[in-house]
Amino acid sequence: MGATTSSPGDEAQLAEAVRHAASARQAVEIFGGGSKRGWGSPLEADTTISTGKLAGITLYEPEALTVVVKAGTPLTDLQSALAEAGQHLPFEPGTYAKLLGNEDKATVGGTVACGVSGPRRIQAGACRDALLGVRFADGEGAIVKSGGRVMKNVTGYDLVKLLCGSHGTLGVISEVSFRVLPKPEAVGVLLLTGLTDDQAVAAMSAVLSSPFEVTGAAHTPKGLDGDPVTMIRLEGFEKSVRYRCGELKERLARFAPADIETRPERTAAGWAWVREVDTFAKREGAVWRVSVKPSDGPAVVAAVADEHQVEALYDWGGGLVWLLADASGDCGEAVIRRAVADVGGHATAMRVPDDAAVSARFHPEPPPVAGIVAGLRRQFDPHGIFNPGRMGA
Amino acid sequence: MPALAMPEPDADILDRRETIVAGLAALVGKDAVIHDSAATVAYECDAFVAYRCPPLAVVLPSTTEEVAAILRFCSQHALPVIPRGAGTSLAGGALPTADSIVLGIARMNRVLEIDTANRFVTVQSGITNLAVSQAVEADEFFYAPDPSSQLACAIAGNIAMNSGGAHCLKYGVTTNNLLGVRMVLMNGEVVDLGGPHLDPASLDLLGVVCGSEGQFGIVTEATLRILPKPEGARPVLMGFASNEVAGACVADIVRAGVLPVALEFMDRPAVIACEAFAQAGYPTDVEALLIVEVEGSAEEIDEQLDRIKRVAMKHSPEVLRESTSAVQSDLIWKGRKAAFGAMGQLADYICMDGTIPTSQLPHVLARTAEMAEEYGLRVANVFHAGDGNLHPLILYDANKPGDLDKCEALGADILKLCVEVGGCLTGEHGVGIEKRDLMRQQFTDADLELQMRVKDVFDPAWLLNPAKVFPIDMSAPRRLRNAPGRAA
Repeated sequence: MGATTSSPGDEAQLAEAVRHAASARQAVEIFGGGSKRGWGSPLEADTTISTGKLAGITLYEPEALTVVVKAGTPLTDLQSALAEAGQHLPFEPGTYAKLLGNEDKATVGGTVACGVSGPRRIQAGACRDALLGVRFADGEGAIVKSGGRVMKNVTGYDLVKLLCGSHGTLGVISEVSFRVLPKPEAVGVLLLTGLTDDQAVAAMSAVLSSPFEVTGAAHTPKGLDGDPVTMIRLEGFEKSVRYRCGELKERLARFAPADIETRPERTAAGWAWVREVDTFAKREGAVWRVSVKPSDGPAVVAAVADEHQVEALYDWGGGLVWLLADASGDCGEAVIRRAVADVGGHATAMRVPDDAAVSARFHPEPPPVAGIVAGLRRQFDPHGIFNPGRMGA
Repeated sequence: MPALAMPEPDADILDRRETIVAGLAALVGKDAVIHDSAATVAYECDAFVAYRCPPLAVVLPSTTEEVAAILRFCSQHALPVIPRGAGTSLAGGALPTADSIVLGIARMNRVLEIDTANRFVTVQSGITNLAVSQAVEADEFFYAPDPSSQLACAIAGNIAMNSGGAHCLKYGVTTNNLLGVRMVLMNGEVVDLGGPHLDPASLDLLGVVCGSEGQFGIVTEATLRILPKPEGARPVLMGFASNEVAGACVADIVRAGVLPVALEFMDRPAVIACEAFAQAGYPTDVEALLIVEVEGSAEEIDEQLDRIKRVAMKHSPEVLRESTSAVQSDLIWKGRKAAFGAMGQLADYICMDGTIPTSQLPHVLARTAEMAEEYGLRVANVFHAGDGNLHPLILYDANKPGDLDKCEALGADILKLCVEVGGCLTGEHGVGIEKRDLMRQQFTDADLELQMRVKDVFDPAWLLNPAKVFPIDMSAPRRLRNAPGRAA
C-alpha cells in the first residue's frame, strides 16, 4: 500500500485524485477489496486510490438483462441483487482470496480489472464477453467511457476489452455494465472416477462437442478421497437437465459409469471448489495458471512433471490448467514456459514467493506484440503511474 | 456535394499513379493489381451505395507475406490503404478515395484447420461467413454469428465490424466467437493475437482489434470458435395489436428466464411488405409481429415454447402460431429474411442500425413514427428485439432531388434518439463514414481522443482506412500530420 490513501466518492473526486498523483508523478496502487493481491508483480506505490466509496448499483433492468454498477461495489452485493431477480453473472467469477491468502472482499471493479472468469466461461463466455461498458479515469485524470449498457454496440473502438484484464495498468475503473442471464432453475453434475488425465480430457471433449450445452467440465487427478474425479455440469430447466444428464451418461459410458448429483448445495460446493482452486489453497507451493487448447493440457502437465514436481487441476474441458509447483528455484518457470511455448498458449504465476527467481509473472509476449502493449500503456497512462510493473515491463 | 464529405485526394499521389502501380505489380504480379478505370469502378463502393469513388488501384494478394509486402510499400510511399473483405458494408467501411489503394482479401479464402475436439477452425480471412459453417457442417458444428449478408460477406469484414446477426441473443457477436487472428500491421510486421486457447496472456489486443473497422491492420487469418449444432430449433409467430404490447411481451419473455435463440420484431409496414414479397403467411392485420425461436431436443423445445406461450397469452396476442414442421419453420423465417429485398421492391431505402435498452422499445418506436411523419417519409422496422438492435428502414426516392438528404437527416435524428435513451449509434453495421460525424452525440472529446490514441499505436501514420469512424474534422490533424500534401 502507498503511504497515503484516497477514497474518492464520485468520478470528479477520482479524476482529481489521479490528476494530483499524475502531477506529482506518484506511483499509484489501485485498491478494490484486496482479495486478489499477490496476482502480478509486487509494486512499490507512493499512494493508493481505493474504490471502496464508489459503490452501489446504478441501474438494474432485469427485463433488459443489464446491470450498471459502480466499481467499488462488493461482488457479493451485486450477486445478491441479481439473485433476488432470478439472474446471475454468466461468467461465474471467483475471487481467489483463499488461494492467495487474502480476505475475501472482492469488488466488481477488481473482478473486471483482473478479468476473472470461472468454470462456466466455456459455455457462457468470459468476463470480457459479459462486460458491456466501462467508465474509468485515464492516467491524466480524464474520465473516459467505452461501450455502454446495450448488448449490441459496435460504436467506436472496443476499449472495454482492453480495460478488462488490464490489472489497473490502463486506468481506474469507476463504473461497469454487464449483460446478465437468468439463473438456471436446476443443476445436474455427472461424476466419473478413475480416469487418467488423457481419458478425462477426451471425455470432456466428447461432451463439449455434443449439443447438450455443458456449462462446466473439470478434472482433478486427486479428488477428496484421493482418486481422480471428472465433473461435467448441465444447467437449465429441470426436465431439460434430467434429459441431458441421461444423454451424456450414455455417451460417457465408454469412459466410465457416471454418477449424477443434483442436490443444489452439493453441486454448488463442488464447482466453488474448482472455481477457487481450493485444492491448492492450503498447500505449500507456487501456483501457475496455464491456458492451452484442451487436448494439449495433459501433455503440458506431463512434460513439466518430467523436470519439476507439479500437481494439476483441469478446468474448461482441459484448457485451463492450474499447477501446484515446487516453490524452489524458479518455481518451474523455465520448464512450464517451454512446455507451453511448444503447443501455444500462456502461463501466469498466480502465487509465488516474493523473492522467487521468477523472471515474469505474466507470460512474455513476442516483441511486436509487446511493443503494441507498451504503446497502449503510454497512451492510457503517459506518466506510468498506475500499478507500475504489476503486469511486467 | 454529398452530405458526407471525404478528404480531397493527394494530387502528388495521383501524379505518381504509374510508378505506384508498377511498384505494386513488382511485389505481387500484374494479375493481382487492378488499375484500369473500367475495372477499378467495381471497387468504387460497398453496400452503402450512395457514396462512390474508384480507388487509384486495387491489389489482391494471395498470402500473408504479400499483404506484408504491400503494406510496407504503401507505408514507404505514404499511400492510404482501404481494406476490403467482400464489400458488403452498410456503413461505407470499404469506401475508397481516389488516392487510395484498395487491398482486397478475397483471394485468401481457404480453410486451414478444422479441430472439432478443441472446437475451433482456422481460416483465411477472405472466406465467406457461410462457408465457415459449411466447412464444419458434416461434423455437426456451426459458426454462430450470422449476419444477413452471410452468403457474401467475408470473415475479414465481420472481424473489422464485429458483425452480429439474428442469433446473437444466445451466441453473441463476432468478438465473442473470435479466438485469434494473424494480422499484418501497416509497417509490414505480422502479429499473432490469441489462438485456440482461451483468453489473452496480457492485454486483450484481440478484443480491441475486433471492431476496429480495418484501421489497425489487415487480418489475414482467423481462428474461430465453432459450436455443436443444436438437436433442433422451432419458431413461434405472434401478432399483437400494438407495438407497445409486443414490446411488453418481449420484456416478459426475457424476465421469465427463457433465453430464446432469436427474438425478432417486425412492425406493420414491414409485415405487409414482407408478406407481399415472400408469401410467408404472415397476418397483415396486426400492428406488430414477433418471431421467437428456441432450440434443443423436441421435449426441451416444447417446454420452452410452453413457457413463452403462457407469457404471450397474458398480452392477448391476435395471432399465435407455433411451427409444427420444418416447412412451416422455413416459411416463418422466409418472410423475415426477405425483409431487405422486400423493401427494395417498394422503394429506395437506407437501413439504420441503432441499439436501445429494450425497456425503451415502445417509446422509441412511437417517437420514430412521429419523426417520420414530420419528415414526410415512410419507415418500416425490422429488428432484433431481444438485444434492442433496431433496423429502421427509411424509404425514399433516389430520383427525387433532396429526398436522400431528408432521409439521412431523419436517420440521424433516429440515431440521436437511440443515444438519448441510453443506447448507441450502431449495433452491428459499424460507423464507417455513415455515422462518423454523429460520434460526438455518443462520445465526449476525451472519449474520442483516447480512441484515436489507440489507432496512433497500431497505425501511427493514419494510413489504414483513414477519414472513417471519427468526425472528419477531429481526425484531420492526425491525417495531415503525416501527409502534408493532402487536404483535410
